[in-house]
Amino acid sequence: MDTEILARIQFAFTIAFHYIYPPLSIGIGLIMVIMEGLYLKTGNKHYEILTRFWLKIFALTFGIGVATGIIMEFEFGTNWAVYSRYVGDIFGSALAAEGLFAFGLESAFLGVLVFGWNRVSPKVHFISTIGVFLGSMFSAVWIVVANSWQQTPAGYKIVGEGFNARAEVTDFWAMVFNPSSVDRIIHVWQGAFLAGAFLVLSVHAYYLLKGRYIEISKKAFKISLGVATIISLSQLVSGHSSADGVAVNQPAKLAAMEGHYNKSAPADLYLFGWVDNETQNVTGLALPGGLSFLVHQDFNAPITGLNAFPEEERPGQVNAVFQFYHIMVSIGIFLILLTLYASFLWWKGKLFDKKWLLKIFAFSVLLPQIANQVGWFAAEMGRQPWIVYGHLKTNEGFSQEVSSNQILFSLILFLVVYAILFLLFIYSLNKKIKHGPYDEAKNPNEFLKYV
Amino acid sequence: METIFGLDYPTLWYLVVGLLFSGYAILEGFDYGAGAWHLFFKKDLSRRIAINAIGPLWDANQVWLIIGGGALFAGFPVMYATMLSSMYVPFMLFLMLLVLRSASIKFRSAEEMKWWRKTWDIIYFTSNTLISFLLGVVLANILQGIEIHENFAYKGGVFFSFLNPYAIIVGLTTLSLFMMQGAIFLLLKTEGRLHARLTFLLKKGIIFFISSFSITSLYTLIFLPGVADKFKENPVFFILPILAFLSVANVPRLTTKKKYTRALIFSSLTMAFLLMLVAFQLYPVLLPSTIDSSFDVTIYNAASSQKSLGIMLTIVVIGAPLLAGYFLFLYKTFHGTVKLDDTSY
Repeated sequence: MDTEILARIQFAFTIAFHYIYPPLSIGIGLIMVIMEGLYLKTGNKHYEILTRFWLKIFALTFGIGVATGIIMEFEFGTNWAVYSRYVGDIFGSALAAEGLFAFGLESAFLGVLVFGWNRVSPKVHFISTIGVFLGSMFSAVWIVVANSWQQTPAGYKIVGEGFNARAEVTDFWAMVFNPSSVDRIIHVWQGAFLAGAFLVLSVHAYYLLKGRYIEISKKAFKISLGVATIISLSQLVSGHSSADGVAVNQPAKLAAMEGHYNKSAPADLYLFGWVDNETQNVTGLALPGGLSFLVHQDFNAPITGLNAFPEEERPGQVNAVFQFYHIMVSIGIFLILLTLYASFLWWKGKLFDKKWLLKIFAFSVLLPQIANQVGWFAAEMGRQPWIVYGHLKTNEGFSQEVSSNQILFSLILFLVVYAILFLLFIYSLNKKIKHGPYDEAKNPNEFLKYV
Repeated sequence: METIFGLDYPTLWYLVVGLLFSGYAILEGFDYGAGAWHLFFKKDLSRRIAINAIGPLWDANQVWLIIGGGALFAGFPVMYATMLSSMYVPFMLFLMLLVLRSASIKFRSAEEMKWWRKTWDIIYFTSNTLISFLLGVVLANILQGIEIHENFAYKGGVFFSFLNPYAIIVGLTTLSLFMMQGAIFLLLKTEGRLHARLTFLLKKGIIFFISSFSITSLYTLIFLPGVADKFKENPVFFILPILAFLSVANVPRLTTKKKYTRALIFSSLTMAFLLMLVAFQLYPVLLPSTIDSSFDVTIYNAASSQKSLGIMLTIVVIGAPLLAGYFLFLYKTFHGTVKLDDTSY
């Protein structure tokens, strides 16, 4: 295998693995802020127990998120040196801002959050919780800004020729608020809230089914159901807005999402389907003119198709983009229906009466995770063949001085270490859930004098 | 070129990056250093206390690496790209060890089984030791220069070419410096028998540092003639190694008097002076080429645009006080010796 493919596999693998954790941390962070806020407001011990319990799980996801995130920061330089030289002026400043403004806030307050229960007042502890939560939200902002600039560059000029060509910033705020960043930040935040909320829903649905910790589980379930319902619905809005942006800024990506080849014709909206890139045929169930309607509110409006672009300037993996995008949308719709139905029962006062519904919630934790992953796959594969949209190709961006053997070596290392890490994560999460929210405090201090 | 205080932007950014990496070395220095002593503590409880001494701090200390990396990427993208891609293997090992280290801190005390803790103890010790060593290796390769051709193309060896004698010596020096820093930090955080043991270990650590540092200095003067030239041109800068030596000379006296905070400050100053030494020696070069000095990566040919550097300097001016505030709050909260409770690792 050549260097480019290996570098891409490595990036896909390390970023996909990393992306399991930060959304969970952001989502659990939000739920924790609500729980601890309720505890301070009501003084109800249940909320304190919940906060402490979810904090343990939060510390776990946060820790793995940081460990795998540091790797991402340096992987641009190791594997994508040409790209790094080309975009450092812009992309680098977003990463540096993330470190300074977001990660500093998160990690300093995390120590107080996890280890400071007995050292700071409840109010200061709550402020730390908010600090960590806000920090993780800002992290998402800067990282998504950096990626959005790759998708829809703005506020820059290209300077130099050939090897020395690079993008230089001309307008910082235009770069930060490039055409796609606001839509995508909101979309990513919402995906993260759902990932966290559904983990909380899942764990407490499991407790309710087992008949354990009933009182506190009902409280936690209601909090996260409220969050999940509101966010699922608003996710539809930001998703639609994002897609409109893609239609304007990245027409080839939009065409790939719906398998639309015809240069300029009304485009259908598929419920599901299969794209054959050779024959340019899509088999599936479609609403005729649906995509045209969504983008232009007119069923007969023409949409730019893939054939409007030369072969080497449009995504090659059309079916993959199509499938990933449709999986994400389907999951989104399902989550809306599920949370609305559960909220309806809640309103009726029958939320915890249906065992089958709790069972669905117990397994639903996987759905936002899958949606987050495939959403990114669609976004990134739909950007191909560009690494910076319209300026630099992915196959020009990788490190020229790195041999395929070196990448293979580090890829195998990553596979092994991440496999261990993932097993530890699942094992540790399972143990914390099985152990439950109540803790018999152990006091090792007595033993200190025997050391 | 715009200037502030008579310094152009790339030079200012060079100072910022230098400061960030000094902060990283000083703070993560005691984290890694404490971990490099790990297997010298025999009792499980001692090991737990040692890990919990850095427990609330190590994640925050990693910020300096993250911001340092970001600052290098943003300010000197050519340096960031050339260094990481040409020293691919040591950096990948370094990153992998960072992940293992994080995992060992988190999971070590999660289970009671002997084999479980023993395994993580070994991973924790090894990763801390090798991380410290590799940082020195990278530094040595930067000082010696690497095989860079036209257009910053690296054409040197891969895999183990970075492990040359000089790199090994500098690696050991970095390790010993961190171990000294780590031992002083642990003295600050412990009491009782573990504390007594550390007093003994620190003496060994200081001897280890002074001997490896002396060998490094000699080797540098003999085998890297370019280094001494700069100092001959500006003899005033000979004060840096002297200051480094004077700082470290204070450490044994202060630890005997049980003034650990001050000892830690002097140990940190030692690091700062040594890094200044390196920074002065390299300036304005970031990564020398062994082929031809016209191929060097310098702060000028590696820098981002004036505009970008200006933005970044603004970001630093806004962000640095915030960060300082967070750190003061964190370190104040966890002042004093380790007390294990139900939140500990």
